Amino acid sequence: MSAISRRRLVGLAAVGGLGVLAGCSSSDPLGSAAPTAPGTAAAPGTAAPAGGGTIVVGSQQYYSNEIIAELYAQALEKAGHTVDRQYQIGQREVYLAELESGKVDVIPEYTGNLLQYYDKETQVSDSASVSAALGDALPDGLRVLEAAEASDQDSYTVTKAFADEHGLTTIADLAKAPQPVKLAANSEFASRPYGPDGAKETYGVDIELVPVEDSGGPLTVRALTDGTVQVADLYTADPAISKEGLVVLEDPEGLILPQNVVPLVSDKVDAAAAAAIEAVNAKLTASELQQLNARSVDEQARSADIAKDWLSQQGLA
Amino acid sequence: MRHLVDALAWIADPARWPGPDGIATRLAEHLGYSVVGVLIACVIGIPAGWLVGHTRRGRGLAVGLSGAARALPTLGLVTLLGILLGIGLVGPVVAFVVLALPSVLAGAYAGVEAVDPLAVDGARASGMTEAQVLARVEIPLGMPLLVGGIRSAFLQVIATATLAAYVGAGGLGRYLFLGLKTQDYPQMLAASLLVVALALVCDVLFAVLQRVATPVGVRRP
Repeated sequence: MSAISRRRLVGLAAVGGLGVLAGCSSSDPLGSAAPTAPGTAAAPGTAAPAGGGTIVVGSQQYYSNEIIAELYAQALEKAGHTVDRQYQIGQREVYLAELESGKVDVIPEYTGNLLQYYDKETQVSDSASVSAALGDALPDGLRVLEAAEASDQDSYTVTKAFADEHGLTTIADLAKAPQPVKLAANSEFASRPYGPDGAKETYGVDIELVPVEDSGGPLTVRALTDGTVQVADLYTADPAISKEGLVVLEDPEGLILPQNVVPLVSDKVDAAAAAAIEAVNAKLTASELQQLNARSVDEQARSADIAKDWLSQQGLA
Repeated sequence: MRHLVDALAWIADPARWPGPDGIATRLAEHLGYSVVGVLIACVIGIPAGWLVGHTRRGRGLAVGLSGAARALPTLGLVTLLGILLGIGLVGPVVAFVVLALPSVLAGAYAGVEAVDPLAVDGARASGMTEAQVLARVEIPLGMPLLVGGIRSAFLQVIATATLAAYVGAGGLGRYLFLGLKTQDYPQMLAASLLVVALALVCDVLFAVLQRVATPVGVRRP
């Protein structure tokens, strides 16, 4: 093969590669791949026959959310529905698009963050008005059912020792500690309304974000307890808070909205299916949720088993 | 094509390059972690590989160990080390060393082993000590294969160093994780392109190095 024709081949290969890239890039390259994350039963294309009585239950990429999704899924199956499970669908930006396009019908959500996603300028701050405002903010075709008592919200959490040393009870007190205060959270925390900008504006605290990408998991807790960071964004239903004796700083100005567990559903969820989900939600209190989470963290139990045991314990199965 | 154009525009935006969160810093971090990981792997792997290649002993052990190391999932290792040692640089760098070691080790012993036995026998017959045989014959003649091993180790580590961001250590993975979680695909693609570009530039440098490392007498025209 002459040098020229070899060069031509390389050129062709490069053009071909660009073509492939272009083909992928005309729509969301991960849009169709996202719901098939590990743990899901089947790809959307190969899922059980769509339509009919099949309700697609999704969950966030967060173990506690998957447990709640599994509670809903099993309750729906008990009520005679066919359920297709699509768990671990990334974060809000990803799965809300799936709900809006009708690919997912039910997902456990959290009231405040859901409201802020659709209405960034929202001024409400207490549980009841957040739930009320949600009704107006949601796009057509989506609605929320009755919220649970249980909430699972982002928090500014510190160690007991650090709280005692600087006399901290509220987020505002963080201003008394040496600035900037290092805070471990997922990288998207930087762009959340309750992130560093919100803390600065509301409480005058300088936050330096240390991105740790395990959503308040063991790496984040470890970074807090070994002093790498002074504050961590832990979710309030995290069993590690009581286990490690951590202090959740109070939020008198309502920087972080209340995050009650609320089922976000599509029109495919009829009154009977909604009733089955709401029966579960009615029993979901804050301490029940912490215990459900603890079984996953401490025993590494599967969400299906945790949900099955809890539902029969609550007389729902 | 839209995402590709957006990604290139993302990279081309001069405002993103300077500063502690800028692309330049992230590139330097990424390259730095890769260099540190591979250097440590070289310090451990090269002497061990030369010894195995020269003595022809412990080859089974070296092959077995490096095979086992290759099978370790790096993200799992990064997470485990992060939980054991805390977040930051140590965990990822140890994981990169584990990732780089098999290729470096294989390059070192394979290079020495592959030397023509006639050349080694000739060296011995002319009165060289074992150390001289290793230093003057086996190591120089095995150098191209060793550099090849380091080259493939370095490429693997550069492609994997994005995981450092998982435990808060920065690097180009910062953009990947942020883009993934906020569905900012241009940003993800831009970060991927930067990793690819970095890998290609380094590979070209290593190709030159590999040529230079080949002793003149055995260079192919």
